[in-house]
Amino acid sequence: MQYLLLLHANEQSFAQMTPDQQQQGMAAYMAYTEALVKAGVYKGSNRLRPVSSTTTVRMVDGKAQVLDGPFIDTKEQLGGYFMIDVPDLDAALSWAARCPGASHGVVEVRPIWDMGQQRAAA
Amino acid sequence: MDPNQGGELARSTAEAVARRSYGKLVAFLAVRTRDVSSAEDALSEAFAAALVDWPKNGCPINPEAWLLTAARRKSIDVFRGAQRHELATAELLQLELAAREPEVHEIPDERLAMMFACAHPSIDAVVRAPLMLQVVLGLDAGRIGAAFLASPAAMGKRLVRAKEKIREAGIPIRVPGREELPDRLDAVLNAIYAAFSEGWTDPAGLDAARRDLAEEGLFLARLLASLLPEEPEALGLLALLLHAESRRRARRTSAGEFVPLAMQDQILWDHEQIAEGEALLRRAIAMDHIGRFQLEAAVQSAHVDRCRTGARNWTHVAELYAALFQLTGSPVVLINRALAIAEVEGAAAGLRALPDEQADPRLTQYQPYWAARSELLARQGAFDEARQANEIAIGLERDPAVRAFLEHRRPEHAESDSNAVSPHP
Repeated sequence: MQYLLLLHANEQSFAQMTPDQQQQGMAAYMAYTEALVKAGVYKGSNRLRPVSSTTTVRMVDGKAQVLDGPFIDTKEQLGGYFMIDVPDLDAALSWAARCPGASHGVVEVRPIWDMGQQRAAA
Repeated sequence: MDPNQGGELARSTAEAVARRSYGKLVAFLAVRTRDVSSAEDALSEAFAAALVDWPKNGCPINPEAWLLTAARRKSIDVFRGAQRHELATAELLQLELAAREPEVHEIPDERLAMMFACAHPSIDAVVRAPLMLQVVLGLDAGRIGAAFLASPAAMGKRLVRAKEKIREAGIPIRVPGREELPDRLDAVLNAIYAAFSEGWTDPAGLDAARRDLAEEGLFLARLLASLLPEEPEALGLLALLLHAESRRRARRTSAGEFVPLAMQDQILWDHEQIAEGEALLRRAIAMDHIGRFQLEAAVQSAHVDRCRTGARNWTHVAELYAALFQLTGSPVVLINRALAIAEVEGAAAGLRALPDEQADPRLTQYQPYWAARSELLARQGAFDEARQANEIAIGLERDPAVRAFLEHRRPEHAESDSNAVSPHP
């Protein structure tokens, strides 16, 4: 089954780190990605730019309403994701627990609706 | 054969199989697909088919295998009928291959794996016990709802959602590995304990749904202990429930009045259950890995021993509660420990050992806290304060029999029995 690990964390705390600490943090993510690839479960990942750069769009009465900022304003922001392919939720949870994001934020584990494929693979 | 007689035999055979093997069949059908709802549906259709087929053709020698084969065929029919996405043909193929397997004579027991799935950390904690009762024992939502104070519709919805979660989130129906087992086992033990306790909250046993639930909880505990005979906490839980169950008939008078432990008629105790509980506890403790349920069973064992022999074992009881507090951090345990201390060192020491309601505001809403305070204050001669505390205790109690007991208990002559107001008299 494929799962999306959604990494929520406080962006400010990263910005407030010293360059050294930031580098260490990045290295931890590199090592984690490496481990996912080695295990053959890695499907993709991306780091997102800060919410200050985000824009929200919704159609209201047939017109696109464009707003500055995230859909939900929270203390912790969606900052990136990993997509993994593992046999079951327990495997996904154990990868989520190893993710550096679980130590400085929260990792949400979301199964991907793969339009039939994941049923066949199950 | 007389058709009526055949129908009767078919029905009683089907009922016996349902009682014996329902959970086993559902677990086996769902273990690969993780689709509990479909497994239940297929099985209930298989039972319906059996009631038509068996009176005509006679009951099969191995009714479980017959039902399993029928249920698998139903699953394939449903699968075809639903016209799901074409990519799902792989699953269909799997189902068809499984249906062609030679008849199984001994169905592998996947119920333990199913219990772990029901108590998975990603399943809402409050629905774990109901889910286990339904999937492993086949109880319907109405009966479970009645015991958990929810409407059949609300309970049904919760159960459906939980089963969807198992399938859609990919919760494995599997016994966790060695390293995960201790954590995950706790959730299973707690769910079984919750199932039993819901049954226990109708102490008079007037509400049939609840009384049965205590029995079903006991059944689950027995099943768990038989499937995990090397896990001391599984044995400890069964020992605890047996102790509680053994005094069921003694804890109420025929008029439904509450009888505290020390005043119970021991002839009404089920001494066989007590002996079984004691043997289990000894086996568990010999494994040298203490846990919450073993300690709670040990407390019960000590109470029973005191009542039977008159041995003043309150120091031992206080120590058990102290150990239990180390494990659980529960203020409720401290209340019981304080009452035990009062038996050894006097009411003043007991009052000092009571947890502080300021430190834990939950205590102000907890009946046993006020009842314990009242009792200790009365023993010190502080009758006004004792009466006040007793009033609050009465106001907080849900069970009318316990309420009546507290009302009749006059703080001037407080009956000293530390277990009088705890959940397992």
